Amino acid sequence: MTLNTTDTVPRSRARRLFSRLEGPQTMGSGPAFWTVAALVLGVAAAYPLIADAWTVGNAAYFLIWTFMAMGLGVVWGYAGALSFGQTAFFGLAGYAYGVITINLGTAYGLTIVALLLSVAIGGLFALVIGYFMFYGRIQGVFIGIVTLSVTLVLETFMAQTAGPQWRIGEARLNGFNGMSGMPPLTLPWFGGDIVLYPGPPLYYLLLGLVVICYLGLRILLNSPFGNVLVAIRENPHRVGMLGYDVRLYQMLAFGIGGAFAALSGALYTAWGQYITPSSMGLTSAALPIVWVAVGGRRDITATLIGTLVVLAGFQTLTIYGSQYALVVMGALLLVTVLAAPQGLIVGAMTLLGRLFQRSKT
Amino acid sequence: MALFQSVFGMLYQFGDTFAFLVISCAGLAVIFGMMGVINLAHGEFIMCGAYVTASAARAGLPLPLAILTGALVAGLVGMLVERLVIRHLYHRPLDSIIATWGISLIATQGVLIVLGSTMQGVGTPLGSIDVGGRSYSLYRLVLMACALGLLGGLYVLFYHSRFGVIARATIQKPQMAHALGVNTGRMYGLTFGLGAALAGLAGGLYAPTMTMVPTMGSTFMVESFVTVVVGGADIFVGAAPAAAILALIKAGLTAWYGQLFGQIGLLVTVILVIRILPGGLSGWLKGTTR
Repeated sequence: MTLNTTDTVPRSRARRLFSRLEGPQTMGSGPAFWTVAALVLGVAAAYPLIADAWTVGNAAYFLIWTFMAMGLGVVWGYAGALSFGQTAFFGLAGYAYGVITINLGTAYGLTIVALLLSVAIGGLFALVIGYFMFYGRIQGVFIGIVTLSVTLVLETFMAQTAGPQWRIGEARLNGFNGMSGMPPLTLPWFGGDIVLYPGPPLYYLLLGLVVICYLGLRILLNSPFGNVLVAIRENPHRVGMLGYDVRLYQMLAFGIGGAFAALSGALYTAWGQYITPSSMGLTSAALPIVWVAVGGRRDITATLIGTLVVLAGFQTLTIYGSQYALVVMGALLLVTVLAAPQGLIVGAMTLLGRLFQRSKT
Repeated sequence: MALFQSVFGMLYQFGDTFAFLVISCAGLAVIFGMMGVINLAHGEFIMCGAYVTASAARAGLPLPLAILTGALVAGLVGMLVERLVIRHLYHRPLDSIIATWGISLIATQGVLIVLGSTMQGVGTPLGSIDVGGRSYSLYRLVLMACALGLLGGLYVLFYHSRFGVIARATIQKPQMAHALGVNTGRMYGLTFGLGAALAGLAGGLYAPTMTMVPTMGSTFMVESFVTVVVGGADIFVGAAPAAAILALIKAGLTAWYGQLFGQIGLLVTVILVIRILPGGLSGWLKGTTR
């Protein structure tokens, strides 16, 4: 390997970027952690080889929700602003995806464009809401109330769009029953488009997205931006005194969280080809909180694992007695808050880390 | 006559919304204003009050007594919840929201499992009166009077009674109150119980006008939270005027553009108010008089 002076600068920049995969704001570091992570990824990649198509489509469904959970982790766990209204951005992006794809069709990879546009719309909406909240300097519990009101009002609004006059171009909004019939994600390819119905191809696409988003968030959270977010969570006044614009950082974090929720929403609509107003309702709004709280909100890895574990548990529960699922969810929230406020997965990971440390010394 | 008729119609609409906002937010405002806890199970205390009221009324109790029973039961449940859960979370306000949400999920779904998806309610009493050819429900006029009575009663309770003095002392300087011999733990429990009882009262009062479903609490949620946000921490300086202003906006928009725009108007008002007056109305009013 010859040393080339012209690309040392970009290479060192890239190296600095990747060195931020580990840092004070994320748990897990060193070869042991990354070996385990690679193994998990390998198992996840091999999963479609051993499971049937339906189960793989179902696993893809789980992966869809992790984006919203990771976004809430950034907003709530890292920036310290508890948002109850991530479902507002989820639902908005879901509807946006439906409206755009029904109007534009699937040719030339337009569904991908629709996906990106929906994420942008959701993120922008979050920025606007965030502007009013954080520049109004409302704090703490009020953020939860305002975001909850936003999502509930959006639900009410979409639920009453039943008549034929509620249409955007070709797309009927259909009120309480929701929209359906939008095309799934379609990749343009030589010799015919690849239509991503729930199954292995969609699963691999989502798995790739999860890996990219997870690693990207690790880099972001260990960057100066992430450090400032954590500092704001711990003591906003001191951060302000040090010359940072607290409101701007909170608004940006809220926008990022909103964009992630929007990604989940658009992907969900593409996955199931329907979206209903109840996806923005009270019960739906509670679910991301449960995943993130139970897993552990102050670490992105714990959030990711916790979300998948709770989702899988929830589905198993639904098979055996769907009516008890919500009761168990509520009880889980109570137990977590009272007994393990850091979250169950974070508790387990701290324990593991301590065992490792002890065996080393 | 036509003018009188439309003026009365507007006043009725306004009073109806005002009563709904005041009655439904009173319990939430007491718990938030006095203890700084946002009670997301507020709607479920309302549901509890409504269910108990309806059961008691159908068991033969006269309606006013049944409503009081509903409030009492909700208050007792509230004190139990405070003792078991909320007590451990006073220094973690965000976690208390999560915990009360957990309680709300359990309560809604639990009632659905135990009592089924709907329950037989009680009919709206008192009939209606006729003003200029249109009929108005007399019970809703009684509800307006109840809202005013509730505000007056709470004022007397908090500013002219021994309980009120001790409660306010406990909230403002807990250590000092404790040093002076106040059992602060009991005061917190009683205040939370009072808030829950007020929620139960709201449920009882509105039970005759609504369908009894386990999720009925959520119909109160948005309105009562909005009122508390706009009003700020103080129920008298904040929540009452906020309810009046919001009622004006909502009644006006509903009359001209329909129900939906009434609700959207509320949301826009909230977002604008928090941008301009972060402390809510009460923070602003107190700031100017200081």
